[in-house]
Amino acid sequence: MSRLHVEQPGALALVEDLGRPGLAHLGVAASGALDRGALSLANRLVGNPDDAAGLELLVGGFRARFEGEVWFAIAGALGGTRLDGRAIAPYTAVRAPDGAVLEVGTAERGIRYLLAVRGGLDVPAVLGSRSRDTLAALGPDPVGPGSVLEIGAEPEASVPVVGNDVAFPPPQGAVTLALHAGPRADWFTDASRAALFETEWALSEQADRIGARLVGPALDRIRPGELPSEATVPGSIQVAGDGQPTILLADRPVTGGYPVIAIVARASLDAVAQLRPGQAVRFRHA
Amino acid sequence: MSRRLLPSGDAALLVECDSLDEVLALHDALAADPPQGLVELVPAARTILVAIDPGRLPLESAATWVRRITAGAVVDAVGPAPATIPVVYDGDDLAETAATLAVSPEALVARHSAAEWRVAFIGFAPGFGYLVSDDWPFEVPRLDAPRTRVPAGAVALAGAFGGVYPRPSPGGWRLIGRTDATLWSPSADEPALLAPGRRIRFEAVDAS
Repeated sequence: MSRLHVEQPGALALVEDLGRPGLAHLGVAASGALDRGALSLANRLVGNPDDAAGLELLVGGFRARFEGEVWFAIAGALGGTRLDGRAIAPYTAVRAPDGAVLEVGTAERGIRYLLAVRGGLDVPAVLGSRSRDTLAALGPDPVGPGSVLEIGAEPEASVPVVGNDVAFPPPQGAVTLALHAGPRADWFTDASRAALFETEWALSEQADRIGARLVGPALDRIRPGELPSEATVPGSIQVAGDGQPTILLADRPVTGGYPVIAIVARASLDAVAQLRPGQAVRFRHA
Repeated sequence: MSRRLLPSGDAALLVECDSLDEVLALHDALAADPPQGLVELVPAARTILVAIDPGRLPLESAATWVRRITAGAVVDAVGPAPATIPVVYDGDDLAETAATLAVSPEALVARHSAAEWRVAFIGFAPGFGYLVSDDWPFEVPRLDAPRTRVPAGAVALAGAFGGVYPRPSPGGWRLIGRTDATLWSPSADEPALLAPGRRIRFEAVDAS
């Protein structure tokens, strides 16, 4: 059995797979990797099924030692990554010899790395998934210094031969996200609905796996009063009493009482996962 | 019965009804006939979220399914027998809540344990079922200041709803009792005792 011995987790290191959909009626969000495309890519690079469990590393500052020979790949954020002190190419399968030390530096583009190991992380599943849900406190505990993660048996598929042009790093400038209308768009003024698309928003410091709050003009409502709580989907843009929008993400509360003005298209959700605080965000119609 | 289909992105739609009774009836009808590709069916106070896998069920087809379903009346007599939850009725808010409703604590307990309840939907935490009952006439105001910690198993009231806290959490519901029943167990086949549609009875027991 191969293992990953974590020496430094960095800002936040969580085991994630593609989540546990289908349980929202019990109050359980799907959770799962915030950048689903990056986890799937990293898994494919090492021959895993897309939904094998990997590590979601926030910002970087992660260091771990491999026990046994292990193929791994890192996708998502871009930063300096080293194996036994030697720089390694991003978005590429790399073979780590027994005892090799992996260091993931501070992200320069994007903010969440997805680390896949061939065989996947073999931690106990909860409700059918190995994902950590940070709001409901479900699934594997956050990875800390000294955590030892078991690595599963190698899959039948070999490590595919691919160039590293299969991926491109997250953009540095303004990011444009596609939006669908939300169920409560009619609770807002025409001016606010227009402002949503005309404003260059910025990601606030209040951004995590539960939601990403944006900074910009207040979005005013024409309908006062409370909304009976209703279920939301990932990407729902809810507007709190102060008029500031928040994009709800994988670990959101399953129901909410703030009106949802619009919903980020599924194809744009992975880009939300890689936004850095202060980064500019624009919206276009899906 | 009216229902409105509201947009909810490229993999879901939100069905809005006029009342909770209509939500319950429509939820039963939808749950009885789920198409391939349905991922989530999430009832709430006035709405049901229908989430799909667009690769297996186009959104237009899901909308057609929802429009064509005929919802009958809520039939409480079908389905498995009610689950019984034993309750020690010694909650910190029992006396004050009864006084607010102008009944004796004994009368409040008698009504609560005589009623047959149904889980309408799950609220703010995994396994926190909002219970409704035709046998329950009371509207209970929430606490002015929520407690910072309510213990697991606290049996509580708020608005027209009954509930039981599945795990320790903050909370503004009024506490009338407590139970040893396991409300939430992620490793179980059925993790939530109070899943939508379940029927529930409360049984008064003595403190052990």
